Amino acid sequence: MPKVKVKRHGVSLDMTAMCDVAFLLLTFFILTTKFKPNEAMAVDTPTSISQLPIPESDLITISIGKNGGIFFGVDAQPVRETILKKIAAEKGFSLNAKQIQNFKLIDSFGLPIAALPGYLNLEGPEMAKVEQQGIPCDSLVNELSTWVIQARYANPKVRIAIKGDKETDAKVVSKVIATLQDQNVNRFNLITGLEAKPSSL
Amino acid sequence: MAEIADDGGSKKGGKKGPKKNSTKVDMTPMVDLGFLLITFFMLTTTMSKPKTMELNMPDKSQEDVKQDVKASQTITVILGKDDAVYWFHGTATETKEKDALAKTDFSASGIRKVILDKTKEIGYDQDKKMYKIIIVIKSAETAKYKNVVDILDEMHITGSKRYAIVGLDDTEKELIKKYEI
Repeated sequence: MPKVKVKRHGVSLDMTAMCDVAFLLLTFFILTTKFKPNEAMAVDTPTSISQLPIPESDLITISIGKNGGIFFGVDAQPVRETILKKIAAEKGFSLNAKQIQNFKLIDSFGLPIAALPGYLNLEGPEMAKVEQQGIPCDSLVNELSTWVIQARYANPKVRIAIKGDKETDAKVVSKVIATLQDQNVNRFNLITGLEAKPSSL
Repeated sequence: MAEIADDGGSKKGGKKGPKKNSTKVDMTPMVDLGFLLITFFMLTTTMSKPKTMELNMPDKSQEDVKQDVKASQTITVILGKDDAVYWFHGTATETKEKDALAKTDFSASGIRKVILDKTKEIGYDQDKKMYKIIIVIKSAETAKYKNVVDILDEMHITGSKRYAIVGLDDTEKELIKKYEI
């Protein structure tokens, strides 16, 4: 009797299905991913049980860093341009097209107005190197107030969000809130991370 | 597995027709690439979108809206250094005389319990359909922003509707001096 030869199968599999799954997931992640905006400073927000989402548009974000530096950012680019032009006219300096274009591309900044034109002259990589100390917000020089006023003129619907770092001193935040209250802005959002609500209640 | 057919294999049978090339393609590198990219996007993506907490402050320009509150209904919470929380019931002067400032923390059995107990103790207002308690939040110079958010969170958790954020006054500064050097 001839030996029954065991037929050798290749160990190869049909990869098509796996490929399909891989690309399906890939598409999902590509579409859902949202890259972190290039911020002038990293802010580690505290967590709260609040579930409210951040308004999508018409938003001013006032970020407060660990060391108390105050940063200002507006979401819409046309509004950024309007604000900058207004401020420039008010403070009596002129800006060229490149500087304005540069400003439109910055998400947030923390520089005194006087230092702004010089900063906007720089090229992209050099801009990142500049150490930003924050916008002055004292009783003597309150530039934050100027920025907020102009932003509210440019877009009256604007909402204000305060994004403070966990370790920021509470007094810096109250200073910012006091500045806003002076302009009769009494409603604002505090940006926080998500935290589970305690169940034992 | 999908294999790329090589041309030399069609000798048997001797038929001279058009060569039948297999349409199968080796998918392995493609799958590799797919998973590599998935890994990249999974790691870079930030799933947890930040949330916000709404804060309403009283209108400064309308002085006449200010209302006096009964000291017996007021709990003052002072945020201090290193996540400490101090609280007292009533007025600061009274507290100073009796030396009644209490220290607690942000744990579930800390300030939350105090607020819940006091809410019950002070009682419910049948006419206004709300608890009578009023919580005054004050933060010392040494407090961190995190503490402010935490105490506002406690307000939400305990369901306290009437609270206000106010600056610290001199009597209270003296009160907490004992704890904060």
